[in-house]
Amino acid sequence: MSDKKPNVGKVFLNGIINENPTFRLVLGTCPTLAVTTSAINGLGMGAAATFVLLGSNVVISALRKVIPDKVRIPAFIVVICMFVTIIQLVMQAFLPSLYEALGIFLPLIVVNCIILGRAEAFASKNPVVASAFDGLGMGVGFTLALTLIGCIRELLGNGSVFGINILGASYQPMLLMILPAGGFLVFGTLLGIINALTNRKKGDAK
Amino acid sequence: MNVILFMISCILTNNFIFNKFLGCCPFLGVSSKVETAASMGIAVTFVMTIASLFAWMVNAWVLVPLQLEYMQTIAFILIIAGLVQFVEMFMKKSMPALYSALGIYLPLITTNCAVLGVATLNVKEGYNLLFSVLNGTFSALGFLLAIVLMAGVRERLESSKIPKCMKGFPISLVIAGLMAMAFMGFNGLVKL
Repeated sequence: MSDKKPNVGKVFLNGIINENPTFRLVLGTCPTLAVTTSAINGLGMGAAATFVLLGSNVVISALRKVIPDKVRIPAFIVVICMFVTIIQLVMQAFLPSLYEALGIFLPLIVVNCIILGRAEAFASKNPVVASAFDGLGMGVGFTLALTLIGCIRELLGNGSVFGINILGASYQPMLLMILPAGGFLVFGTLLGIINALTNRKKGDAK
Repeated sequence: MNVILFMISCILTNNFIFNKFLGCCPFLGVSSKVETAASMGIAVTFVMTIASLFAWMVNAWVLVPLQLEYMQTIAFILIIAGLVQFVEMFMKKSMPALYSALGIYLPLITTNCAVLGVATLNVKEGYNLLFSVLNGTFSALGFLLAIVLMAGVRERLESSKIPKCMKGFPISLVIAGLMAMAFMGFNGLVKL
């Protein structure tokens, strides 16, 4: 199965809809909950993770025949770590405020299960181009999910989206939503809603 | 006195799960039974203590003198992966009972973000050796407390009626949210 050509477009959409890492697979919950206090933080985290996913998927896929099976996990981690260090240094230099906001969750991308999971499940078995699209799709799916949660939490907790005030000055912000407890509640409720929608869709199909 | 306050703050006010969102994957993934949750928590405590000790030493005595701070993440993850492997082999030889109880949870700890998180946090906060190790141990005990509490609630959930769409992850997350609110009550208990 190693060099069969998977449909690139399908692979890309798969990451965004069918196997959305956040809503369908529920992987990488720590950054999902921690950095989504505002929409811009969610977007930044998603972009950083997308870059790492794309880079690590391409490199691991290119090296898939060279890396011995027994040491593949440490090898994958070192590749991922390299890209994380790159994005960390780039962000520190050009986007210092975002770097501060993401804090320790930027280096923690290394242990994000989505990235190691894609390396193991897809990049180590598929050719470079397909792996690149898989990484991109998963990354975009992750980014969309984080931005959505960030928008909801920022809107409820601060009355704004991307820093632009929407609900007006008379809105009494629900501070709870940008505190840790709100993260769990919003994410749980969203998952429930998405489950309900997909269940109904399945019911229609029958 | 300061040390005791620090320990309490690690467990309650700065709880890893409810305040810092570290280690959420095992918290949601391995919390369906109290026994397995407790084994996971103990294994994490063990690894986090040793990992914060070694990570601190490597950072202070190797990386900083050589000005290789940008290698921190890669050095820490390799230390953790190596340690987990070593602990696993050591336990298999000398403590087979504990080894079989922890089973598959040991290798999984490598990718637990709480372990890498505590190593990174220790450096970021500039803790000395004693406080780094204490931070590792007591934050892990906070994790143990959280995961056991969660498993207790989830065992009761098995027998209760939940709307179909909320089963599994969604309801667990909502419960975690409620527990986080309860833990907010500890805020202000310790002032450092």
